Amino acid sequence: MNITSLAPLAVVLPILGAALTFLLIHHPRVQRAVSIAVLTLTLLLECWLLASVWDGGTAAVNIGGWLPPWGVVLVVDQFSSLMLVVSSAVSLAVLIYATGQGMADGDRDAPVSIFHPTYLILVAGVSNAFLTGDLFNLYVGFEILLTASYVLITLGGTGPRIRAGVTYVVVSVVSSVLFLIAIAMIYGATGTINMADLAIKLGDLDQGTRTLLHVMLLVAFGIKAAVFPLSFWLPDSYPTAPAPVTAVFAGLLTKVGVYAMVRTETLLFPGDALNAPLMVAALLTMVVGILGALAQSDIKRLLSFTLVSHIGYMVFGLAMSTVAGLGAAVFYVAHHITVQTSLFLVTGLIERRGGSSSMDRVAGLAKLSPVLGVLFFIPAMNLAGIPPFSGFLGKLGLLQAGVELGTPLAYALVIGGVLTSLLTLLAIARVWNRAFWRKPGDAEHPDPVLLAAPADSATGDRAGKTNVTLLPRTMVGSTLGLVVFGVALTVFAGPLFRVADQSAQEMLDRTSYIQAVLGPDAPVPPVPPSLHPAQVREGGGK
Amino acid sequence: MSVNLTLLTVMGALYACGIYLLLERSLTRVLLGLMLLANATNLLILATGGYAGLAPLFDKDTAAGDYNDPLPQALILTSIVISFAVTAFMLGIIYRTWVLARQDEIQDDAEDRRVAETPSFDAEDDSVIPVETSEFPLATVMSGDRPVRADKAASEEQPGSLNVDPSPEGGGE
Repeated sequence: MNITSLAPLAVVLPILGAALTFLLIHHPRVQRAVSIAVLTLTLLLECWLLASVWDGGTAAVNIGGWLPPWGVVLVVDQFSSLMLVVSSAVSLAVLIYATGQGMADGDRDAPVSIFHPTYLILVAGVSNAFLTGDLFNLYVGFEILLTASYVLITLGGTGPRIRAGVTYVVVSVVSSVLFLIAIAMIYGATGTINMADLAIKLGDLDQGTRTLLHVMLLVAFGIKAAVFPLSFWLPDSYPTAPAPVTAVFAGLLTKVGVYAMVRTETLLFPGDALNAPLMVAALLTMVVGILGALAQSDIKRLLSFTLVSHIGYMVFGLAMSTVAGLGAAVFYVAHHITVQTSLFLVTGLIERRGGSSSMDRVAGLAKLSPVLGVLFFIPAMNLAGIPPFSGFLGKLGLLQAGVELGTPLAYALVIGGVLTSLLTLLAIARVWNRAFWRKPGDAEHPDPVLLAAPADSATGDRAGKTNVTLLPRTMVGSTLGLVVFGVALTVFAGPLFRVADQSAQEMLDRTSYIQAVLGPDAPVPPVPPSLHPAQVREGGGK
Repeated sequence: MSVNLTLLTVMGALYACGIYLLLERSLTRVLLGLMLLANATNLLILATGGYAGLAPLFDKDTAAGDYNDPLPQALILTSIVISFAVTAFMLGIIYRTWVLARQDEIQDDAEDRRVAETPSFDAEDDSVIPVETSEFPLATVMSGDRPVRADKAASEEQPGSLNVDPSPEGGGE
């Protein structure tokens, strides 16, 4: 039996785990063990899946024995399995962090017993969205993860969380309705919702209808991925949730939107019909996002804005639709999931150690807890794109691809990308200077927690035992694990970039995807002629 | 493929009312708007299945216009279940807002407002550094638009702004 036929387990396992943890709601210890075990198992399975498609090749699984294009298919290719592995690794780290927090706080602030089942359902939804080869099933995957995220973002039901939750729920529902309308219209126009089948049939539609469907899907996914000007909701709703929830949202949910955009652009609507508007949106996302970050004084809000800004890089890579650009975007997605999540986890630790996540209230953490300093510094430099970290490699790949493309718009984006990278460094440096390097007393409004720790009589500093109580080992350990994972992406960047480029090649080519789903005899329509001469050379004319 | 005009008109009306309600500030109305949008979309999906009233029974001899496509109905069923769950959750949130704030309105993000109102002046970076050259430190410096004694200038600094009181929800109290 081929390992890829086990792909549905990546969705089924977390759902079964969710059911089991829901039954175990009164046994927190068993519940924690079960959910961690389930996620570990899922991660191992997904690593196996990735290994099986590492050297290329795409496999499709027909759910329920229905043959495509009628039944739902799950498709395992390099891009989807890479996303699965990275997302599961990140969600496992966040889960361990959350259990550590739950144990330390005695589950007072948040009802963590309901956290576990909901979290596993979120993971199942994310896996489903990555794996599916059916447009309506993609909608279902989105709804699974969104419904779970509604519960997680309002966990505990405090005033600010409800306020943030309302914005988040309404915006998400509107984007889902848009997506559903797009699906209905696509079905009305083509009579199929199988993505491989659509790839063939959408090409027969006339240009106007195709552009309409294309734009509707992009707007729906653009809201989910937080592409400017559809990113307004994100910085308002993410920061109030509990630290592990914000971390997993920032890492995964927007990237599912980016993933859906990549699939739409490459599989359903190849060619460069909307590349110029996408590039403009990418530029605005980068620049406006990072300018927003510079104005913030709360670290969580600042990171939310950098999240929006860096989505722009991925859209930039996608909009080039060359192998080099798309490959760099794939690598950048993997890198950004890891780094953004670890930064939010560290901010959770800052909030515990310093009592607040506002830069006006926290100071001197570098001396109070050097470990925290290191944990923040590495992913922060990684995010800003300082060599030799993976952020630098991803940005370098994107900029090279942009220069290779050589259009005026691509050059504008290259300049915008460099500028955004510098401004990210500035924003991060502000956090570092204010929260880590000042003396605790220099904060404008020092938080009581920051000053509460009694000075150690021997050394005269305020570190020592307080660190152990305020920063539980499980939480620091899981954050450290994720930071190390981020560094590992740098160390193994060579093979990763190779896989990313290969997957970009396959996605732009479309043959292996369509033939894996519809059989080796399926006709693969040619990619529409390209406007840019560089693209014909790179990706188009195969 | 012909489409039932009544259903189409109803769909259009539902979309219009839904979007209108969505733009209201009251949460209950927003929820009603979302429900109308979901139902309008269900009608749209239904319209893709063929002429209303035909049976979704397919036989190889049936002509394309004589049967209804069953797939859209399956899609609608799924979407009804999903919008049911979301509506229930929204009702829960609205009730919670009522319990907490005694109001049925979308609330502003206080931190957002605070950041928006903060002037670009940064006390840490931009304030005039009093250079004290005299032996008798009684000089005054201009802090923003007010004269302040040089040795007191440091204590005048407020976070992110020149003596603008942050709102209670903001970073500083």
